[in-house]
This record gives sequence, C-alpha cells and structure tokens, in this order.
Amino acid sequence: MKAQAQYAPVKKMLTGIKGFDDITQGGLPIERNTLIMGGPGCGKTVFALQALVNGARRSHEAGLFVAFEESTKQIVANAATFGWDLPALEKKKLFFLDAHLTPEDVKSGDFDLMGMLAVLEAKAKQIGAKRIVFDGIDVLLGLLDDPIAERREVYRIRDWLTRTGFTAIITQKIDGVEAGMRYSFLQFMVDCVVVLRHQVVDGSAFRNLRVKKYRGSGFDSDEFPISLSSDGMQLTTRGPMEFEYDVTDERISTGLPRLDNMLHGGYHRGSNVLISGAPGTAKSTLAGLFAAASCARGERTLYVSFDEGAAQITRNLKSVGINLAPCRKSGLLRIYSTRTRGPNVEDQFAALRRLILDQKPRCLVIDPLSALSTKVAHLASADATQQFLDFLKLQKITVVNTSLMDGLNMDEATATGISTIADTWIHVSYIVQDGERNRALTIVKSRGTGHSNQVRELTLSSEGVALTDAFIAQGKVLMGVARWEWEQEELATKQRNEVASELARLKLQISQAEAAARLLVVQTEMEVRTAEIALLATATGSATKLRRTDRAMLRKMRHADDDVRLPLLPRVRTRGVKKNGKVASNGTD
Amino acid sequence: MGRISAVARPKQKQALRLRLYIAGNAPNSLRAIENLRAFCADKLPDGHELEIVDLLKDPSRALADGIIVTPTLLKLSPLPAMRFVGNLSDTSKLELSLVSG
Repeated sequence: MKAQAQYAPVKKMLTGIKGFDDITQGGLPIERNTLIMGGPGCGKTVFALQALVNGARRSHEAGLFVAFEESTKQIVANAATFGWDLPALEKKKLFFLDAHLTPEDVKSGDFDLMGMLAVLEAKAKQIGAKRIVFDGIDVLLGLLDDPIAERREVYRIRDWLTRTGFTAIITQKIDGVEAGMRYSFLQFMVDCVVVLRHQVVDGSAFRNLRVKKYRGSGFDSDEFPISLSSDGMQLTTRGPMEFEYDVTDERISTGLPRLDNMLHGGYHRGSNVLISGAPGTAKSTLAGLFAAASCARGERTLYVSFDEGAAQITRNLKSVGINLAPCRKSGLLRIYSTRTRGPNVEDQFAALRRLILDQKPRCLVIDPLSALSTKVAHLASADATQQFLDFLKLQKITVVNTSLMDGLNMDEATATGISTIADTWIHVSYIVQDGERNRALTIVKSRGTGHSNQVRELTLSSEGVALTDAFIAQGKVLMGVARWEWEQEELATKQRNEVASELARLKLQISQAEAAARLLVVQTEMEVRTAEIALLATATGSATKLRRTDRAMLRKMRHADDDVRLPLLPRVRTRGVKKNGKVASNGTD
Repeated sequence: MGRISAVARPKQKQALRLRLYIAGNAPNSLRAIENLRAFCADKLPDGHELEIVDLLKDPSRALADGIIVTPTLLKLSPLPAMRFVGNLSDTSKLELSLVSG
C-alpha cells in the first residue's frame, strides 16, 4: 500500500479481489466510503466481505460487518464455500452485527440510526476495527419509508464515518431503474462507486463489474467480467500490458513423427496448439498422441475432457494403438473429465486454473476448448480464453486445444477467435469423394517455425495413426481408395517406365560400342598414316644422301675443280615454280 | 445507567415488562419517552414495569438485545416478546399489542 501511495494521492487498501486492485490502482480508498451497487445475486456481499476478510487476514485489521438484509448466520454459512475460515476470524478480527429487522417488528413512528452507530462505535473501539461494511443499506432505507428521513439517515452515516475515520463499504441493491433513481443521492455522497451487473446474453448469465466513480484516483472505467471461485471473487482484466513470458526453441513431439516433420521438429515448448475440425476428424486422437508422447518423455500431463470419461478416452485411444493406461497408472497422466457446468466461461476457466496450479502439468490437453465458448459467442469469452492461454504461457505449459467446428462455421474460423491466439493451428477436415469420407490434415499456421503447406491424409487403424501423402490429380486431392488406385497406377507406370528406360539404355550402349569401334578404326588408320609418313621421310632422306654421294663420286671421276659449285637440288626449285606459278625468292638450300 | 420508573406494582403473575432503548437527547428518542409515558398513563392503569436504556451510555446492552435503530421498545413479558421501532407516535399499534394482548 505504501508503494501505491507514491503515485496515487488517495491512500488505498487492497481488497484481495484479483483484478479489482489492478483496475483501481491499489484497491479502495482508505478512510473513505465506497458504494457497491448491483442487482440481486451480483456478488455485492461477496465483494464487501472479501475486502474485509482480506484486511483481516493480510493486514491483521479488524472489521465490522453490518448485515441489514441477511442474518449474519446466513452470511457466514454462505461464505463457507470460499475457504476464508470466517468462524476463526469472527473470534478475533471480525464482528458481524445482525441488523436485519424481522417482519414481526412493529413500526410505530419515525426512528433513526443513532443507536446503531453508537453500538458500532463502541464495538469498533473494543476490537480496534478500522473497516466497516454496511451490507444492504437499501433495506434499511426502505424501512424508513420516507425520502426525507432516508436522506437524513444517510447523511448521518456519512458524518459518522467521516468523524470516526472508518474505511467503509456500503452495498446497495438496485432492482431496475426506479430503485436506482430513488437512492441516487448515495452515489454523490461516496468517494467511490462500483457497479455490479448481472446480464443475460443468449440465455447465459454473466456478472460484470465497473468502477463508475473514484474521487482522487485514476481507474479503468470499463466493465470487466467477474467469476466466483473458492478463493472468492476475481475479475478478468486484460492482464499484463506486456507479454513477459520466456520463449524457447525447444521442440517437443506431436506424437506423430510425420507431423513432427511437417512442423520441422514438433510443437514449440510452451506454445499453444489448436486442432480444429468437424466431429470425428480425429482431433481427440491427435491430442491423445500428444499426451502419450509427453508421458513417454516423463512429463506430467493433464488431459481435460469435456466430452468423455477417462475410461472411455483410454479405451478409444487404445483402439488406434495409443496406450494411455500405463501412464495413468504411474500417475504421470491425469485425465480430468467434466461437463461444462453452466455457461459462465469465467468460472470454468477459474476452475481450470486451480486444477492446473494443483496438478502442475508440463503438457496439457483441453478437449475441446470450444466447449467453453460455443454456447455464447461473447466478447468476454474470447478475452477469457486469451487470458487463460496467457496464463498457460506464463506457466510454460504446452497446451493442445481441440476445437469443434460444426456445420455452421466450417469456414476455418472459431467462435471465440482462439484461432488468432493459437501459435500453431492444425485443421482436420473431411473430404468426401467417390463414396468415401477421408480425413485431410493441414497446418494452417505455425508461428516461429517453417511448416509444410501440403495436405496430408490422416488414417487411423488398430496399428496406429498415420499421415500419408495425398495425391493431387486433375485439380483434386485423392484420398482413400482413390489414392490407392492412384498409387497402383503410379506403380504400374513406374514399372513401364523402368522397362522403357532399360531399353533405351541398352540401345545407347550399342551406339556407344559402335562409336568406340569406329574410334578404334580411325586410330589404327592414324597409326598407319603416321607410319607411312615416317617411311616416306626416311626414303626421301636416303635418296638425297645417295645423290650427294653420287655427285661427289661424279666430280671425283671427272676431276672437277674445287671452286665449281653446282646448285643443289634443282628439282625442288623447279617444283616450286610449277606449283605457284612464280619463282620462289629464296629457293636455295 | 437506565432510568427505571416503576409506576405501579403488577397484580398479575405475568407483569407487563417494557424496555425502551433511546439515543441520548435525539429528537426521536425524547419524543418516544413522552409518547410512551402518555400512553402508559392513559391505557395501562393496571401498572407495568418500564426500563429506559440510553444506548450512548450503555452500547453493550443494546448489542445483546440486537438493537439497530432508535428508539426501540421491547415488550419482554408477557410472551410473546415484541419489538416496536420508532418514536411511538402511532399509539394504535401499541394499544393493539399491549392492552388487548
């Protein structure tokens, strides 16, 4: 509270109502008056009581509770569901004043509240109370049955509160517009006004809270959904402004190797996965695979089902080769089956949160998440879903949610918009062709990881779950028997092709051999030519030598002079003239 | 503490015992005392027992009796016990309950 005081001029006390302390930046104003207005069954009494109990338990502050409408016994009994241990607090810290007039009380003339205030002041001194609740002030005012007297007594209470320095919470029932108008002066007299509202949308009840007025303090003026759980009341606020959870690159198996490949290694640890599809598209089976894989890694796993009982889930998954029984026996897997109890989404999520905090699973399956939202396409439920998923992220829990898509919204969009929040979205649909209904699996999106864009056929058998390539022919995805036929045809074509290519290969080999043979002939011819050339050269050389020798011999025989020179090789020169038609310039050798 | 004024000794076994809670000199409280005294003098000649308790001086007694508003008149006996709230300006209700009952 000290920290709050630094930026809030009004000193505040925490109510312990989760969310409310956030939107009011620290709770209710200290030593001032707060009015809680609302219709019957909105949770006014719970709000007031929780603020009082929180003060007593956390700050050890005593408090007074003045009940005008219900008997204090009833209030204490009703609050037993919240686990606040009121009887123990009642002995030391809390005092309940039964201030409800019985019908037997005879009203005779005008009266006032001086007596009650005197009693309360004495009691407050005795136990050191600084907080007080007037629960159901409208009942008291109704008894006065006189507008002037009502106003007089309200101002008497206000003056008394100001004088005594109590932090006060006054609750007022408003039933329709008229009652609200009648006691509207209450709103002007107090420093803080909180309005609770019970609202029915499409037959589902919602409780909402709105801070209408808060003198001297900033506050969030929007309406927020309320849920009641064993911890008391809590508000679903928008949660932290920043997403402050760690992310990891760790991948965990989907339980289906082929799907792991499609996702380039599996789901991200701590991410949320949405598996959507029509009824019977094996959503639960995929979820079961994930649960089994998680248990195989030795991780605590929680399977929440809104459809079936644990035994039925185990049996069904066994039929497709997924055996969860040992995991359940070892306690690693806990299957929690429940019906969606009532349409109040906030309450449902609150119950799930408690279950998760209790079980502390690393992996979670919610089958189907749409059970919590299909009844009402209400903004509040989308908010609640988002918050729940954020909560799981903070807990680093990997969650696989299934979402049922019925005939009304087959267009790959879910009522709650969870598809936009999901990190990975896998969609399984039916493809009906050639008198068959087959399952087609696609990855619609997967944040932070590459993924296959291919449609795969999902097949279930007693041997297990498998993903198979789906064939595309003439613009159609082929599955089931059509795919099998296609595969057979492919095989035949392949065989035909193999034979044809072998033939072609042999033909080529022949050509190659022919070419090689030709090459050998040419090579041999080359050698012959070379030999001929060499032979020719040798023959020519011998002839010249012979001629020179002959000439020398001739000169010798003629006794010729030494300085007579004869041109050598006149034959060559003559040939050159004949061939070129002109005399070579340097024909001498 | 309270101002006790026994007007007369009760004759019956079950005497009429009344207790009036007031808050100091609050206008309604003073009016209640006046109204009650006048009513008793007029309508209860057989006598009764009346105790007047000032809440401001003795709040713990009011707590024990479950007093919420002032003034409040309690009929302690004869049974059934009854409770009247207000300044007792409407004596017809008192008459109906105390005289005939």
